[in-house]
Amino acid sequence: MLARRNPQLNSHGELIHLLSIEGLPRAILTQILDTAGTFLSVNDRDVKKVPLLRGKSVFNLFFENSTRTRTTFEIAAKRLSADVINLDIAKSSASKGESLLDTIANLSAMHADMFVVRHSESGAPYLIARHCAPHVHVVNAGDGRHAHPTQGLLDMYTIRHYKKSFHELTVAIVGDIVHSRVARSDIHALTTLGVPEIRAVGPKTLVPGDLREMGVRVCHDMREGVKDADVIIMLRLQNERMSGAMLPSAGEYFKSYGLTEDMLALARPDAIVMHPGPINRGVEIDSRVADGSHSVILPQVTFGIAVRMAVMSILAGNDA
Amino acid sequence: MKILIRNGRVVDPASGRDEIADVAVAAGRIVAIGRVPPDFTPERTLLADGCVVAPGLVDLAARLKEPGPGALESELAAAAAGGVTSLVCPPDMDPPLDEPGLVDMLKFRARKLSRCRLFPLGALTHRLAGVELTEMIELTEAGCVGFSQAEYPVKDNLTLMRAMQYASTRGYAVWLRPQDPSLSAGVAASGAVATRLGLSGVPVVSETIALHTILELVRQTSARVHLCRLSSAAGVELVRRAKAEGLPVTADVSINSLHLTDVDIGYFNSDMRLTPPLRQGKDRDALRAGLADGTIDALVSDHTPVGNDDKMLPFGEAVPGATGLELLLSLALKWGTESRLSLAQTLARVTSEPVRVLGEALGSLGQSAGRLVEGGVADICVFDSEAEWQVTPDALRSQGKHTPFDATSSGTRMPGRVRHTLVAGTLAYSAELARSSDATSA
Repeated sequence: MLARRNPQLNSHGELIHLLSIEGLPRAILTQILDTAGTFLSVNDRDVKKVPLLRGKSVFNLFFENSTRTRTTFEIAAKRLSADVINLDIAKSSASKGESLLDTIANLSAMHADMFVVRHSESGAPYLIARHCAPHVHVVNAGDGRHAHPTQGLLDMYTIRHYKKSFHELTVAIVGDIVHSRVARSDIHALTTLGVPEIRAVGPKTLVPGDLREMGVRVCHDMREGVKDADVIIMLRLQNERMSGAMLPSAGEYFKSYGLTEDMLALARPDAIVMHPGPINRGVEIDSRVADGSHSVILPQVTFGIAVRMAVMSILAGNDA
Repeated sequence: MKILIRNGRVVDPASGRDEIADVAVAAGRIVAIGRVPPDFTPERTLLADGCVVAPGLVDLAARLKEPGPGALESELAAAAAGGVTSLVCPPDMDPPLDEPGLVDMLKFRARKLSRCRLFPLGALTHRLAGVELTEMIELTEAGCVGFSQAEYPVKDNLTLMRAMQYASTRGYAVWLRPQDPSLSAGVAASGAVATRLGLSGVPVVSETIALHTILELVRQTSARVHLCRLSSAAGVELVRRAKAEGLPVTADVSINSLHLTDVDIGYFNSDMRLTPPLRQGKDRDALRAGLADGTIDALVSDHTPVGNDDKMLPFGEAVPGATGLELLLSLALKWGTESRLSLAQTLARVTSEPVRVLGEALGSLGQSAGRLVEGGVADICVFDSEAEWQVTPDALRSQGKHTPFDATSSGTRMPGRVRHTLVAGTLAYSAELARSSDATSA
């Protein structure tokens, strides 16, 4: 069958939507990280605004609730001087039976310039990107289990900030990988940026063997997984997985895969500990580690705003 | 009406006949192949130079979008346009085909349209709820050719065993799609693609566990079972062994599983949302080999019209299914060419072999349907095997416009174009007529 052109890129290979890290060349990832670096200083100024998106309308379309991610996108857009409209669609149109594409058509008619989309179904932002007006840019803010590219990029920014280079790193991603869009975006980004060893760590119910085909080493033993790691990315264990057929209990999970100080001692002495938040203390991570000297969880949040500003400003500069 | 089909390449898969000949049709039957009596005076002559004259196609799986405005009309017209002269429809309509009156009515309406013969499967259980058996004898008398749960599960193995026992008392066939309900909630085949795209998976064991269960119950009950829409290499292997053992089972595969894999999902193309889900390359290869060596008896369209509103959704929310009646011939030819089979061997999988699957359920029709024999019923498909076409929504008569083979996404050119379809000796479709009537309506 004929492969479709990557819908994220225009015919010049420039980024017009950010839907997934997969299929993006290293140069684009580096461009986003470099641009984010220039925006970090904006966040430290008294007047935290640049006029790059002045007069543009950014619509936050959250078909699935997420206060935290929505807020960081809102802050990023406002610092770029955009008008931001937040739509909590989980509570409005969808519940009235309006279809996804009808919602998009209506909002396009309100002259939106950018949609930031969170949806519970994998691939939903692709559908929106395919059917929205040509001048509208779509940013995936998390779709099902598929992708969370801005989280992936802010994780890369964090790693580069602390480790300077990707080429000799061992990165362990620990937890519920099968259900995690963050893990998938991290894996694609780490692979593209040249990280030689990426480990996916967890029990077989949460870390399927198919992941090997994404270029990762699958570890079902936590000690093996974190040994000599430079970076440990802990994933949030969703409440609904804490009991049932995936896992017997949160307690047993913490004993086997929780990041404690003893476990962390197996990693490199200068290892950093990351987490996309919100954290479950005592479920996937011990409080002493979360608040300890290796933790970069709060800097991740700060970098996240700069990375989202970078993504939005780059998209706004490229035409379909 | 007397019709003469002149100078076509007559291919009859059942006998292996493959020669240039005239075919004379009168009173619904083929009166001569080759030596047409000199006193035969046709009212209509179809010039078939350069075309293949084959038995009409027999499709063992086509949904009719019933009930729906004009659905039976459009879908049976689609069948005729696809060269399909007999089709079997599963019972999952609304209401399900669980009462003789519903079957009578459906068959009556289809007969009035005289586009394609319709053979319904009756519901195996009342309301397809998987609990109480339907009145199989009455349903058979009304015209059902077998009994099926379509995509619905039977409550438990005891009920399935009882249903198979009861059906086998009368020699009725039970049509089952092997899937374990608790393992079938996913939206794509388990594997690297589903994992990468973050789509929930249906593992191969969903099919093999169900097959093991069904085959054990066949051993126990001696019920005649037709296994619908195999999707995996492991499934093909189980059927191969069951046949070697002599179990009374047959099987089919859909045009989609025969040609596509999960990689074709691409960027969440919901036209690839199908049941069973598209699996990996090794599965497709095994299905193709199984169809070629006879482990799989028939190729089916698995025609399932799905409206735009139900497809223009995120992949996991889209309704599974694709249009297929008008693609069956072309995709059979494509497979046959790629597998280096003769035209007769290729066409057997969509003509004589599905008739063999139906067996005695067809009654006297079973003697000649899916074949070209003098004195036999004149269900005939005349097609140009050299012509190519592209699948576009406008090119399809079906109300279902979504297919993985849509030219805009696949770029695939389809081999083979139907010129005429005869059902019981009358012209159910003719490309020339279609063109002129299109021109008139435009």
